[in-house]
Amino acid sequence: MSMIDSQAQPAAVHARGIVKSFGTGDTKVTVLRGIDLDIYLGEMLLLVGESGGGKTTLLSAIAGILDIDDGDIDVLGVPLGELPAGKRTTFRGQTMGFIYQQFNLLPALTAAENVAVPLLIQKIGLPEALRRARAMLDRVGLSDRAEFLPKNLSVGQQQRVAVARALVNEPRLLICDEPTAALDGPNGQKIMELLREVGRSPDRCVVVVTHDSRIFHFGDRLARLTDGRIVSIEPIAQEGTA
Amino acid sequence: MNYVALKMLFGDRAKYLMLLCGLTFSVMLIVQQGSIFWGLMIWSQSSISNLNVPIWVTDPGIAQVDEVKPIADTAVDRVRSVPGVDWAVPLYKGLLRARLSNGEYHQITLAGLESSTLIGRPAEVLEGRFEDILQPDAVALDQWAVERMGGPDVMKVGTIFELNDKLARVVAIAKTQKSFTNIPVVYTTYERAIRYVPRERRTLSYVLAKPKDGVPVEEVTRRIHEQTGLGAFTAEEFGWKTIGWVLKNTGIGINFGTTILLGFIVGMAIAGQTFYLFTVENLRQFGALKAMGTSTSTLARMILLQAFTVGLTGYGVGIGLATVFGFLTAQSGGLPFIETWQLLLLVLVALLAICTFSASISIIKLARLEAAIVFR
Repeated sequence: MSMIDSQAQPAAVHARGIVKSFGTGDTKVTVLRGIDLDIYLGEMLLLVGESGGGKTTLLSAIAGILDIDDGDIDVLGVPLGELPAGKRTTFRGQTMGFIYQQFNLLPALTAAENVAVPLLIQKIGLPEALRRARAMLDRVGLSDRAEFLPKNLSVGQQQRVAVARALVNEPRLLICDEPTAALDGPNGQKIMELLREVGRSPDRCVVVVTHDSRIFHFGDRLARLTDGRIVSIEPIAQEGTA
Repeated sequence: MNYVALKMLFGDRAKYLMLLCGLTFSVMLIVQQGSIFWGLMIWSQSSISNLNVPIWVTDPGIAQVDEVKPIADTAVDRVRSVPGVDWAVPLYKGLLRARLSNGEYHQITLAGLESSTLIGRPAEVLEGRFEDILQPDAVALDQWAVERMGGPDVMKVGTIFELNDKLARVVAIAKTQKSFTNIPVVYTTYERAIRYVPRERRTLSYVLAKPKDGVPVEEVTRRIHEQTGLGAFTAEEFGWKTIGWVLKNTGIGINFGTTILLGFIVGMAIAGQTFYLFTVENLRQFGALKAMGTSTSTLARMILLQAFTVGLTGYGVGIGLATVFGFLTAQSGGLPFIETWQLLLLVLVALLAICTFSASISIIKLARLEAAIVFR
C-alpha cells in the first residue's frame, strides 16, 4: 500500500461501532467496545495487540462467522448484518479466503484435494478443481507434494498448502489468523511474501492477526487493539521508502 | 462435496471399520434372529402348508392346527353341499404312540387321508410309492420320522411297527416341511387311521375343500362358515391363526423380539457414538469448511452420505454373513432359517433409521457449530 493512497481507495471492509460480548450477567465479558475500522483494497492490514484483546473476535466478525451485538460491517459493499445466514455463508465462500493458525487441513485429503476444497464448495467439478489446485500448489512451490497427505508434509509445507487453499478461488478479502505462528523464521518470511503479493493486488486486501513482530514490515498499516478498542492505526514504513 | 465426505469417511480407517463392524453386527443379528424366528413360524404351520389344500373346515372354536377339535362325520357332506365347493374330503389328525420292533416308543402324528384321492399327500416322495398306502396296513412316513425314530437303518421302506397294537408297514418316505414340535408324521388312509386310534364318538378332525374354478376361495370359505356354522379358513388364514396362537401362547415372540431389539439398539448405540466421535474429532475441520462457505445443509448432506455409505456397506456384509450362517444351518437342518425379502426390507428400514439417528446427532452438533471455532 506504500504506493497507494489508502484514503483514496474504496474500503473493502467498513466497520463502525462494533460491539461484541460473550456470556451473560456477572460473567458477561465485552470483547469489542465500539470498533471503527476500514480496510482498503490493495493493502495488507496487520492487526496486533495483547492476547485476549479482541483480535480474533474482530477477525471473526469481519468474516461474518460471528454475530455482533451492535454496529455495522460492510464487506465489499455488502452489509453483512442484513444478509441471512445462508447467503452470508455463500458470500463468504465467494469473496473470502482464510488462513488459520492451525492450518485446519483435512487429514484424509491430499494437498491438492485440500486446496481444491474451496472450489468444490463453489460447485466446480472435481477434475477442474484439482487442476486449478495443482496450479496453485505450483505457485507456492509445492507442485511435487500435490499428492501428499498433510501428515507427510512439514509444518511449513502444510502452511503453504493452507495458503494455496486460501488463494485458489481468488478471494478479494484474505483473512489470516497468526499465519506464521507455527513457522520458523525463513518459512514465515516466505509465507508473508506470498501474502504481500496478494495484498498488493489492486482489487484485493489482506488482514492479518499476528504477534510476530518479525513480519510487521510486510504490512501496509498496523492497527493496535487493546481491551476491545483500536488504540492506533499507523502506516508502516516500507523498506526503501521510509 | 460428496467426494470430500467420502474421503473423510474412508480416511479415518479405524473409525470407519468400527462403524462398519457395529452396523454389520447389528444387521447380521437382526437378519439371523429374524430369519430363525420366521422359520419357526413357518414350522408352526407346516401341518397346513404340507397338505397344500386351499380350504380348511374345522370346529368353530379351534385355536390352531395342532389343537384338534373333532367334528361330526356329517360335516364332509354339509361342506360338499355348499355352492361353490368343488370337492371336500375328510382328514384325520391325531397323536398316537408308535411301538418299534426294538421296543422303543415314539409319539407320532397320524394323518389319515381320503383314500380315493389321497388329497393332502406330500408333494415329494423320497423313497417308495405314496400310493402304496392303499395296501393293507400300509403307512408312509415323513423324513423327520426317519430321523426321530432311529434313523434310516431302523425306519425305512419295509419296516414294520405297531400303532395302538395294530401293524403298520412303511411303504414310502415323503419329504415335508419340518414341524414346530418336530413330532414324526405317519400318513395312511382316513379309514385305516380311525381303525388305528381308540374308538371315539367323533373322529373327523378337519374337512379339506377346494372352491370351483373361478370362485374366490375367500367367498367359498365365508359361505361354508355361514351355511354350516363350522370354522372355515383359507390355508393362509389358518396358517396366520396358528402363527398368532404361537406368538400369543409361547415366549418365542418376546424372546426373538428382545434379541432383534437388542441388535437394533446395539447397532444404533455403536453407530451413533462412533459417528458422534468422528464428528467431534473433526469439528475444527468442519468449522473450517463452514468458514470457507459450506452451508449447514451441505454439511448435513455430507454426514448423511457418510452414514448411508457405511450403513449400506454394513447392510451388504451383514446380510452376506447371516446368509452364510443360514446356509450352513439349513444344511444341517437343526435350525429353521427363512430369509424373506420382507425381512431384508425391514432390516434395511431399521438400518436407515440407525444411520439417520447417528447422522442426526452429528448434524445437530454441526448446525450449532460456530465457524469461529477455527480461529480459537
